[in-house]
Amino acid sequence: MGSEHLVELSRLQFAVTALYHFLFVPLTLGMVWLLVVMESVFVMTGKTIYQDMTRFWGKLFGINFALGVTTGLTMEFQFGTNWAYYSHYVGDVFGAPLAFEGLMAFFLESTFIGLFFFGWDRLSKVQHLMVTVLMAVGTNLSALWILIANGWMQHPVGATFNTATMRMELTDFWAVLFNPDAQAKFVHTVSAGYVTGAMFVLSISAWYLLKNRDVEFAKRSFRVAAAFGLASALSVIVLGDESGYTVGEAQQTKMAALEAMWDTRPAPASLTLIGWPNEAQGRADWAIEIPWLLGLIGTRSVDREIPGIHQIKERNRARIVSGIDAVRSLAALRSDPTDAAARASFEQHKSDLGFGLLLRRYVASMDDVTAGDIQKAVDSTVPRVAPMFWSFRVMVALAFLMLALFAMSFWSTLQVERAHKPWLLKWALLMLPAPWIAAEVGWFVAEYGRQPWTIYGVLPTHLSVSTQSIGSLYGSIAGFVGFYTVLLVIEVYLMIRYARQGPGSLGSGRYANEPPAHLSAGAH
Amino acid sequence: MLDYPTLKVIWWLLIGVLLIGFAVMDGHDMGVATLLPFVGRGDTERRVVINTVGPHWDGNQVWFVTGGAALFAAWPLVYATAFSGFYWAMLAVLWALFFRPAGFDYRSKLDSSTWRRAWDWGLFVAGSVPPIIFGVAFGNLLLGVPFSFDGNMVSTYTGSFWQLLNPFALLCGAVSSSMITLHGASYLAHRTEGAIHDRARRAARFFSALLLIAFSVAGIWLASAIDGYAITSTIDPSAPANPIGKTVIREAGAWLGNYRKAPLTLLLPVLVYAGALACVALIGRGRTALAFLASSLAITGVIATAAASMFPFVLPSSSVPGASLTVWDGVSSRLTLSIMLVATLIFIPIIIFYTSWAYRVMAGKVTAAYIRENDHGAY
Repeated sequence: MGSEHLVELSRLQFAVTALYHFLFVPLTLGMVWLLVVMESVFVMTGKTIYQDMTRFWGKLFGINFALGVTTGLTMEFQFGTNWAYYSHYVGDVFGAPLAFEGLMAFFLESTFIGLFFFGWDRLSKVQHLMVTVLMAVGTNLSALWILIANGWMQHPVGATFNTATMRMELTDFWAVLFNPDAQAKFVHTVSAGYVTGAMFVLSISAWYLLKNRDVEFAKRSFRVAAAFGLASALSVIVLGDESGYTVGEAQQTKMAALEAMWDTRPAPASLTLIGWPNEAQGRADWAIEIPWLLGLIGTRSVDREIPGIHQIKERNRARIVSGIDAVRSLAALRSDPTDAAARASFEQHKSDLGFGLLLRRYVASMDDVTAGDIQKAVDSTVPRVAPMFWSFRVMVALAFLMLALFAMSFWSTLQVERAHKPWLLKWALLMLPAPWIAAEVGWFVAEYGRQPWTIYGVLPTHLSVSTQSIGSLYGSIAGFVGFYTVLLVIEVYLMIRYARQGPGSLGSGRYANEPPAHLSAGAH
Repeated sequence: MLDYPTLKVIWWLLIGVLLIGFAVMDGHDMGVATLLPFVGRGDTERRVVINTVGPHWDGNQVWFVTGGAALFAAWPLVYATAFSGFYWAMLAVLWALFFRPAGFDYRSKLDSSTWRRAWDWGLFVAGSVPPIIFGVAFGNLLLGVPFSFDGNMVSTYTGSFWQLLNPFALLCGAVSSSMITLHGASYLAHRTEGAIHDRARRAARFFSALLLIAFSVAGIWLASAIDGYAITSTIDPSAPANPIGKTVIREAGAWLGNYRKAPLTLLLPVLVYAGALACVALIGRGRTALAFLASSLAITGVIATAAASMFPFVLPSSSVPGASLTVWDGVSSRLTLSIMLVATLIFIPIIIFYTSWAYRVMAGKVTAAYIRENDHGAY
């Protein structure tokens, strides 16, 4: 068991590195399809401007991709370096999707991204388009496997605990693969990525249009981004994460927390649009509620209830009490695997083992458990409401703002004869950070909302860490923050520089801001 | 479904294949990056060197990523224990690798010579540090690493970072570093011409000599002065994976036992000498593609020699030898190993197929003229 301090620092490091990684991933996921669209138009129409669009936006894509690769490595190392017990406890199940990701997806995208940049003169048009498509497929498959792994953390199916090896072991690979939680997450996350890619291209194109430069290039880019963004924003909202909220207990707990719903509401439940979560009293003050809506969204029915925080906690209390027996009989089995009574007791309480393990945060031996310890464990099973409530609302509000922007931008592109209104272009420029903010708070809702678990109901976070010294953690966090800050400054600098220079950076002679002659000649 | 003991041995082989795949594929671009500041004089030459691996480094790096993930999936305890125990060594590898993607992609995006020279050294770090650390890590595996498990299988590493840097392990770092640099040199000789080609040829001669000296000294040292590990209790290879409860002793010469039992394995160290010497000879005759194959075989020989000495051990514990992780008890369940085997058998050939295609598309010498023509597109 790790000390509270070690656990906090390990969580902080994971959060920092994961949130940072997630600055680059969504843009990659979305922009790659915009490149496919642009290049497809080029191949079908033969218009060079679409090839230039593919190459220029591809350049920005590459600047972003480099840091996505850099920071993705950290994620793979970190399960081993900082979450060793987690890696041992669930590696039999959790490792496989990561290995599949490498074999099926990451090789594909990484091999073909090389040809995407270097293959223009060596491949036919159709071959190059195929390369771009394979890169896009690889990128998105990569997200699929990662979200299958993450979905299993939220809703662990297809696995069982083995007392001989002291870990979870796979029993049904298809259940892990077709975990409904993972499917919902995948659709939601890649759609959010598509929105990010579309917003990026839309905003920067809007800036060119406001400056009245590279107008043909920018108008076409704007149109592609508006159409793609509209479809993606609809998808992220309609097919969004909420379809998954009744899948498992983890999602129910999150739903209750982010709705500030302490008591079960009668079906069909109303939705709290806004309010002020009052954690001390266990209610939402000044709440504006919309009747029926939550029940419809959450259960796709009018008669199923959505449990509130109090009900969830009572359910968990029973499981924690049962879990005490599971932990006890497991200990007996570890010292004597032939102990039949212990085996019988373990089989009876096995499904609550994880809940019993929650107590290990407060008390070393199950023989010393007090009512107070149980109460603490029960209270820990629901995350704090206010952070969930507000981050979820920020995400949803941004999503609707973006949807409105894409809808108006798309409508504006249909008015062929008229130029885009400056206010629309300014709005598009201002909204540039929106998808990143939404993605980061979305990550927070999903992962903070799962606490106190790394694997919901199976493995508590405080048991998952590696045995490291506090000093090591401070050192590594300082190192990550230092490296990541420098890399981010460099990345943003290059991104702004190339975005400002625009398609002229291709050196094709067709655009504004061509590089000065000394640059083309002086680089060697 | 194959039986569990067979699967365990197959996965030992497959992890070896992935490791060799990593060393051969990512190794040559790391070797190229290690040589970069020395064989490339001036910006254009350096860009030539970088662009020999420019289209491929990212795909090659996935051998590393996939190798790590396969380790996680197939040997979760090994992954957990090694990565957490070697904390600072792992972070050093990771942070060195940070310089790679940005080094390749950002270096030539600004027209400042200070900027570019800085990234050249960044690429050098990213190419040279990981092979040294992996070699040092392998050296420590051969010596044993101080770790143990409690009853809940929580692993604790009881050594320090500095004790990993002992003389034998550092010598293994030199073996690893020289084999990777040799490999980079043979690749560069294949993909460049003129002055860079000549420098690469000289580098190949130097690093093949260094490799053979370091490898020989390490071998003699290992055979004469380093205790190996041996399991003394009976092992049931089909039992669930549980490393606690066996008895293991340390004894002189235990790492040579497998060579006595299966004399054919003696061909593995021979492969190192044959590969390294053939590599130099073939470059001299201008048969650079074959030279690359030869340096790949030398790498295969080094890794396979270490693995064969240790079998069935993977991560021996010097403090509690009985907790050592082996092929039999550090592994995943039978179902996971089976599924991963099927996936590997399907996807590795596909990966090799499209990787070869990518190399074929980009084949030919990278020249200064190519850099001039692709000033805005090339790295």
